[in-house]
Amino acid sequence: MSQLQAAKPNQQIFADTLLTLAQADPSILVVTSDSRGSGRLVEFGRQLPNQIVEVGIAEQNLVGVAAGLAAAGKRAFAISPACFLTARALEQIKNDVAYSNQPVVLVGISAGISYGALGTTHHSLHDYAVLQAIHNIDIVSPADNLETRAAVEAAVRHTRPLYLRLGKKAMADLHPPGTQFQIGKALSLREGSDVTFIATGETVLPAYQAMEELVENGVDAGVISLHTLRPLDTEAILAAARRSQVLVTVEEHSVNGGLGSSVAALLMQAGIYRPLRIVGIPDEYTYTGSQAQIFAHYGISPSGLAQTARTLLAAAAVTA
Amino acid sequence: MNNAELARKSIEYRRTILTIIKQAKAGHTGGSLSCIDILNVLYNAVLNVTPETAESPDRDRYVHSKGHSVEALYTVLADKGFFPRAELDTLCQAGSHFVGHPTRKVAGIEQNTGALGHGLSVAVGMALAAKLDGRSYRVYTTMGDGELTEGSIWEAAMSATHYKLDNLVVIIDRNTLQISGRTEEVMRLDPLAIRFGAFGFAVREVDGNDVAALADAFAQVPFAAGKPSLLLAHTIKGKGISFIEDKTDWHHHVPTDAEFAQALGELAASEQQWQARHVTIASS
Repeated sequence: MSQLQAAKPNQQIFADTLLTLAQADPSILVVTSDSRGSGRLVEFGRQLPNQIVEVGIAEQNLVGVAAGLAAAGKRAFAISPACFLTARALEQIKNDVAYSNQPVVLVGISAGISYGALGTTHHSLHDYAVLQAIHNIDIVSPADNLETRAAVEAAVRHTRPLYLRLGKKAMADLHPPGTQFQIGKALSLREGSDVTFIATGETVLPAYQAMEELVENGVDAGVISLHTLRPLDTEAILAAARRSQVLVTVEEHSVNGGLGSSVAALLMQAGIYRPLRIVGIPDEYTYTGSQAQIFAHYGISPSGLAQTARTLLAAAAVTA
Repeated sequence: MNNAELARKSIEYRRTILTIIKQAKAGHTGGSLSCIDILNVLYNAVLNVTPETAESPDRDRYVHSKGHSVEALYTVLADKGFFPRAELDTLCQAGSHFVGHPTRKVAGIEQNTGALGHGLSVAVGMALAAKLDGRSYRVYTTMGDGELTEGSIWEAAMSATHYKLDNLVVIIDRNTLQISGRTEEVMRLDPLAIRFGAFGFAVREVDGNDVAALADAFAQVPFAAGKPSLLLAHTIKGKGISFIEDKTDWHHHVPTDAEFAQALGELAASEQQWQARHVTIASS
């Protein structure tokens, strides 16, 4: 198995990249709801005190104020834990940002189950589902530091509302330097004829490791980092389905209404029928523990994902 | 526009509001009639925005937080030339952008509203941007009184005073009625002036259906340096039509043919009274 290079948390890369960009562009503003610490934006506030707006613990006002700032020409990044941002302020996201077409960048930090043992109040397992049902907001969930850096650079130039979903775990570098990133264009890490993992965000890492384990054992496995849930890269998904016997989607989200649902709907409507497993957090009272422990419990781990792929391939062989 | 001309405009606007609601068979009659004098004075005597300056970074901004009273806003924007008056005939028709709450698809509208409790936050953002950029424009928003029970209003109120937004002017259309009855019975709001004052607003009260009093109040903003201004505009829901005034049932009631004829008759009488007063003043 290859040795992946250890890297920083994506949230740190986000904050570092945004600081650099904001130093050159005074129209970039950070809007926070007492979240500059968790968003790793203390240094940003120290260096650019006139480009950070604090609203206190008030997510509805966070998004509404960001929409007003965007309406007046600011590049507003509204930053709050994903669990609060996309639930407490959902109506503001729907009306003030998406429906009003104000190009705010909503940054959901500590997303998914990043907060682990803090419990369900602090988990965001619904954000893809609710945002995908709201017109006019793109959804990006970077896998590694390279994707994150490029996503922040693209976000500054993005002319539509955008949701950027970030985790806080230290990541590993998945892409070689120089890899070109574009919102809406999935990145293939390896192509495989037996199974393709289609993963997003922090789950790309265990999917990649599962792929390595399978390849070592003679299974031709592939991995796609589907960093953009909307607009969905349908070409990349359909191409993966055409070249692979089976597909496994992986996401740090409810299995209802997220990446897996989108992939399944796409394949069915395209008439491409492949055995598919949607791996995510099932519809139940979420198992308690750290992010790693919850991942392991639900099979979002290198061994768990490799096993899911083997089981699916075996079932497909029997059916065939 | 002087006060006499403003008073005449209010009569004309009330006629348009009733006409388009009657034609569309839909609309928020009571609330549009209660806030129309506020919008009249804003667009004819206060705001520095016209169709020609609608994209200017220095224009004053208006956010209609009580979005359901959209017929009042459409009426004034049509009169100011943001779009042809004939477009109002498409109100609530299939394929029309003139839906029952404001959207930016309609020229002159700054922000989509309609879900209550949103306008003040957006106005705070716009006013904050002016402060950050050193621009001199002001931001105005009208909130309904029933809307004030939304918690987001008070989040926004805190931030408006925290950032000392004296370029922000908040108007409350205080008609004391909401869809299910008296505001004070549904959920007590008073003492509103004290409540907003305690949050740090500079508060003034005015007869919100008196265009001269409104013009005078707007001429004095900011009411205090370093504080957002709050104009508590005491209004009558359904103002101007005797049988609609102060009636809960007229929140979104559409006039029958007989009611419409009677309403137009009352407005014609108001116009005659205006003529009489105007002629008297002119000849005295």
